[in-house]
Amino acid sequence: MHFALEIDGSGAGSPPATAIGLGAAQAAEAAGFALVTLADSPLPPPGGGGRVEAGVRAAFLARRTGRIGLAPTLHVTTTEPFHLATQLASLDHASLGRAGWVVGAENSEAALATVGAQPLGEDELRREVADVIDVARQLWDSWEDDAVIREHATGRFLDPDRVHHVNFTGARFSVTGPLITPRPPQGQVVVLGADTLGVTGRLDIALIAAPDLDEVAERARQARADGAPLVFAELDVLLGEDQLDALTPWGPPRRLRHTGSAGELRTLLDRLEGLVDGVRFHPAVLSIDLPRLAATLGARPGAGRTLRETLGLPRPVNQFAAAR
Amino acid sequence: MPHRLHLGVFFTGVGPQLLWTAPDFAEHTHIDTFIATAKTLERGLFDAFFLGEGLRVRENRGRVYDLDVAGRPDAITQLAALAAETERIGLVATQNTTYNFPADLARRLASLDLVSGGRAGWNIVTTDNAWTGENFRHGGWLPHERRYERAAQFVEAAKALWAGDRVERHTDLVGLSAAPTVPASPQGRPVLFQAGDSAGGRDLAARHADVVFSANTDYDKAVEYAADLRKRLAEYGRSPDSLRILPGASVVLGDTPAEAAEKAAWIQREQTTGPRAIAFLEQYWGKDLSGYDPDGPLPDIEPADGELDPSRGTIPIHLRTGKLERVAEWRRLSADRGLSIRDLVIEVNPRHNSFVGTPGDIADEWERYVRTRAVDGFNILPQELPGTIEDIVDKLVPELQERGIYRTGYEGHTLREHLDLS
Ligand SMILES: Cc1cc2nc3c(=O)[nH]c(=O)nc-3n(C[C@H](O)[C@H](O)[C@H](O)COP(=O)(O)O)c2cc1C
Repeated sequence: MHFALEIDGSGAGSPPATAIGLGAAQAAEAAGFALVTLADSPLPPPGGGGRVEAGVRAAFLARRTGRIGLAPTLHVTTTEPFHLATQLASLDHASLGRAGWVVGAENSEAALATVGAQPLGEDELRREVADVIDVARQLWDSWEDDAVIREHATGRFLDPDRVHHVNFTGARFSVTGPLITPRPPQGQVVVLGADTLGVTGRLDIALIAAPDLDEVAERARQARADGAPLVFAELDVLLGEDQLDALTPWGPPRRLRHTGSAGELRTLLDRLEGLVDGVRFHPAVLSIDLPRLAATLGARPGAGRTLRETLGLPRPVNQFAAAR
Repeated sequence: MPHRLHLGVFFTGVGPQLLWTAPDFAEHTHIDTFIATAKTLERGLFDAFFLGEGLRVRENRGRVYDLDVAGRPDAITQLAALAAETERIGLVATQNTTYNFPADLARRLASLDLVSGGRAGWNIVTTDNAWTGENFRHGGWLPHERRYERAAQFVEAAKALWAGDRVERHTDLVGLSAAPTVPASPQGRPVLFQAGDSAGGRDLAARHADVVFSANTDYDKAVEYAADLRKRLAEYGRSPDSLRILPGASVVLGDTPAEAAEKAAWIQREQTTGPRAIAFLEQYWGKDLSGYDPDGPLPDIEPADGELDPSRGTIPIHLRTGKLERVAEWRRLSADRGLSIRDLVIEVNPRHNSFVGTPGDIADEWERYVRTRAVDGFNILPQELPGTIEDIVDKLVPELQERGIYRTGYEGHTLREHLDLS
């Protein structure tokens, strides 16, 4: 099983306002996690304090870690799709192929107001999420791998037949392309998103947040049928009886939740083994739960050179090269 | 405080400036090249490392332009990665105010400022052209005459967010309702650079910028430009010392003046290869000129009607209009002096090497610029990577230090401190 770690808290213990997540990412790497995810929102945290933009933090972390995948949350509703695709491609280059993207779809009135927009209707939102993923994937392919030729005899730096306009038209925006950034080392950044977004077939990893195992099993089957190559269960975790206080700010469970002993966690993971390909942990208090989690999970299989390799996902064929 | 010279490097990433044909060409999109460059600059005690912005891959007559280096990262993402690899150097991202959301950009810049420990800068550009806009949600929405109005409102919103205030602003040019989310860095907020050279651009600089990144390297022009900016500063109640002027400049060094001149001539010819000279004219002619010999006379056919092809990067408006007059002028020039296509393009292309000479000669020249306050420093546009930068750090910097116009160690930690801004 693959293990991912959300390093920005689950709503129980919040990290400090200036947290970049360096300690957590390095500890997660040492513990053999496949990737860390970084939460984000254009709004300040409800309880006060700050929030440093997740893409910026991930890029910083890329150069202070060596093997772990880094997946910031970027919201499709409050950004320019072209910038989003460029930022993620750049993260993949800076990390030499360890970038992921947690698809965010903030749709509150306050979040949309930061860009002077209104919340979208349910169908509109699903379409917007699909459009932004589609255009990002096309833009990541808009430079073929061998586009740069540096041909001294003709003076040509690149082959214009291998750098493509995408001419994408979505419901609410269009993008001509190509991307300003060459193809990411992984070909395509690893895209993670909730199965509830309604775009499961466009994801590399579908995230299932369901409070009981039966529902996890059922939705995992559905996500696979909808075309998700990998399915991860979302899991709140609080290890040890000594910190049950941390539970107080934790609302009713929206995903699987484990509180208690490491032994019982291992039992739960054994049961999940047959149902999903991985788990994303949401520790209650990172500084306490992460070391305990690391000890519980034990030695992990070695990481690949890229996040795709670690996850056993193939490097995708370029859609424009394939069409040529 | 003695007047000191401040240095930056403008990492171009696109265009004919950077010679990919140079023997030691370092792959200019690879993260290792950026890291090596930033580290060399830090060894040379530079104030800042800049990334430019161009949000559409350049084209020639509807096709991706193939003769220049192309490909660049998102500036803020890349600089955040470099923040983890460097300790002191300032990290400046060029970002436009037309195809960004104010709260989103302000937040990303503040985040870069925080993760770098107060070393971030924002080079404000307007990039209002509709051709670039085709990559964005609302392409071409902003009339060219109003680009600096939008820029001013955008910058005011960003500054308010950085000061910790909620911003509620709804005009016909900006609309946002946002609260700050990122704690202030040790330098308070990112340092603001401005790079537009028109009257509107200079005015924005006088109102809001900490540094201007001008195009005026010629001494007389630099003096005139500094006087103009200081007059504008006074109109906004700012002291003349509150703004640094750092023109973009190319430098060619040689052990002797003759060697430097020879190298500069070689660089110019490399930057203007035959195919590039033809492509340059095609931008104006709007026609296929590939059948013409770059070493022969100008095309005998007439240019197509219509405007200059906008798809070769940001070009100031005065060069974008009046193309037929320009072509007529070139015909005269080429006839009078017997210039081939390539000779002519080398002659008329605004690109030139601003400072050519021995390290000692250039240091003497720069000492005059800085002591008379014509400029506060330069932003160097490298032609060769890593060659240009290594040469400057190893050969020119010691000469500047000897003359007492350049630091011998970083005293501060933030970009604001490096620039002696209060
Ligand atoms: C030295 C220098 C560097 C610049 N770099 C960029 C850049 O990287 N990206 C960009 O879009 N604009 C850049 N600009 C600004 C535009 O080219 C600007 O629009 C141009 O100077 C015309 O000025 P105006 O907008 O005030 O008319 C730069 C300007 C100068 C002087």
